[in-house]
Amino acid sequence: MSKLVVSTIGPASSVQDGGRHGAQRYGLTPSGAMDRLALAAANCLVGNELFAAAIEIGPFGAAFTAREGAVRVGLAGAPRSAEISGRAMATDTSMILVDGETLRLGFARGGSFSYLAIEGAIEGEPMFGSLAVNARAGLGSPYPRPLQAGDELHAKAGSGAAERRIDLPPPADGPIRLVMGPQDDEFGGEATKLFLDSEWKISPTSDRMGYRLEGPVIKHLHGHNIVSDGTVNGSIQVSGNGAPIVLMSDRGTSGGYPKIATVISADLGRFAQIPAGRAFRFKAVSMAEAQAEVRKFAALLRTLPDRLRPIENFDLNIEALQDANVAGAAVSAVDARTWQIPSADALAKD
Amino acid sequence: MAATLSSPRILPSGDSAVTVEFSRKIDDAANQRVLALDRTLAREPVSGVTETVPTYRSLLVHYDPEQIDFDALSEKLVSLAQRPVPPVTKTRRWRIPVVYGGEHGIDLEDVAKTLNTTPDDIVARHVAGDYRVAMIGFTPGWSYLSGLEKSLHMPRRQSPRLLTPAGTISIGGVQTGVQCLAGPSGWHLLGRTAVRTYQLHRDPIFLLEPGDAVTFSAVDAKIFAEQDRAAEAGEIVADLIAP
Repeated sequence: MSKLVVSTIGPASSVQDGGRHGAQRYGLTPSGAMDRLALAAANCLVGNELFAAAIEIGPFGAAFTAREGAVRVGLAGAPRSAEISGRAMATDTSMILVDGETLRLGFARGGSFSYLAIEGAIEGEPMFGSLAVNARAGLGSPYPRPLQAGDELHAKAGSGAAERRIDLPPPADGPIRLVMGPQDDEFGGEATKLFLDSEWKISPTSDRMGYRLEGPVIKHLHGHNIVSDGTVNGSIQVSGNGAPIVLMSDRGTSGGYPKIATVISADLGRFAQIPAGRAFRFKAVSMAEAQAEVRKFAALLRTLPDRLRPIENFDLNIEALQDANVAGAAVSAVDARTWQIPSADALAKD
Repeated sequence: MAATLSSPRILPSGDSAVTVEFSRKIDDAANQRVLALDRTLAREPVSGVTETVPTYRSLLVHYDPEQIDFDALSEKLVSLAQRPVPPVTKTRRWRIPVVYGGEHGIDLEDVAKTLNTTPDDIVARHVAGDYRVAMIGFTPGWSYLSGLEKSLHMPRRQSPRLLTPAGTISIGGVQTGVQCLAGPSGWHLLGRTAVRTYQLHRDPIFLLEPGDAVTFSAVDAKIFAEQDRAAEAGEIVADLIAP
């Protein structure tokens, strides 16, 4: 049996899937991928179920090595440099690592999370139907914690299937849409206007539990304590100091701060990918519009298998081929995958 | 004829969940209605509802908007919530052993001082209580209990502690609670129990259910240590008194 060994990895990287549902009534949060579309795309590339467990990779670089056989992987999510033995790997494609080969990933550029799916999916012991890591609750499989160098993920032997890319629609770049409530009446008109009209940034202290927002102070009408009630992914609670926090996959299942609004499901993945420090805005939409968008999002997920394309379809581009050869790396005239010039740091590592 | 129950407030929690709110305050009657609606939805499932989360004064209902939309679900929930609350015939009752005070309950002395009495008296009042699990939330197994005697109601600490021990038994506001995992808390720590309300690889993984009745019994540190070892090995160590 093949395995994928973690050679190097940064913080905020863990095995995640579609999440652990049904036990929120016991205080157990669902966890699961921060960007569901990217998880689904990575899995689709290697023929897995869309919400099978894959590696969620945080903003830093990582490297993975195939051992005891070949491993086929699919990569989606935040753009970042990726190469295997001098071959560049593009985001939204599949690629095979033969025994001993290492996939090196750079920092996320313009996003936060990437997903690396393994053909045949990650194996482990599900709890409440999920392998998703929730370190606080000691849950997740094969390791109930973020991944560390040396960890081994068992994999099916990679098949000789043709490599593919997946054509995703261009990501929307408008404001992050939200539905007001459930406790928007805890805020006056002025505070609500300030919340909706201001530019926000995500604080670097954010994590899978919540994204802290930097911007103006949002004042409560009646103080910041409410009787704790249930939360959802995307709940925007306003804490005592007037700073909004958007609750994410590892949120507490209940919370005692008023929640002014909720990010719509269709925009949650896009929101999760906003890098710390980049300015963005919110926009309130109607419930009807939010529900139309969540249905559209579900429809998009269903079309993913139809969006796969063989990678070999290429137009012979002599100029690009020559450019690639100038860098001194061996490239194949019939395999466009090898045409990209390896980045300097990739060459230095080898 | 029973009087018609007041209509709950329906609050949108995004596009895939709705909060059915019976009160804005901590209110045992509202909690009864929350738990009744929760039981109704378990007994008569509404197509599209995926998960329910009872809290003190509201029920959070997660749903799949591809199967049912907000308006249709809200209407259905309002109508189910106005049914008379049926009497609960079978309530599970647990007795949970607690070692009070000292290193296990570092706030017991201060609570006694604030309330102008002795630590033993605080323990006696806390042990005499007949509690209900009003909700479980925040972190796995954290059980919020209603029924705390009025004389023990006190505001939470000015500054929450960032780390309090697993198994902590504490009071805060009008509630008392059983905390399972180590974590932050702004409540007053009276003692600890060896009982794990959440434990993987044990059947059941979660011990308490919203609606369960709970009483406490005082044990000494030696018994606590023994029970803690047994609990670690997977024993339940709480007594199921009824039914």
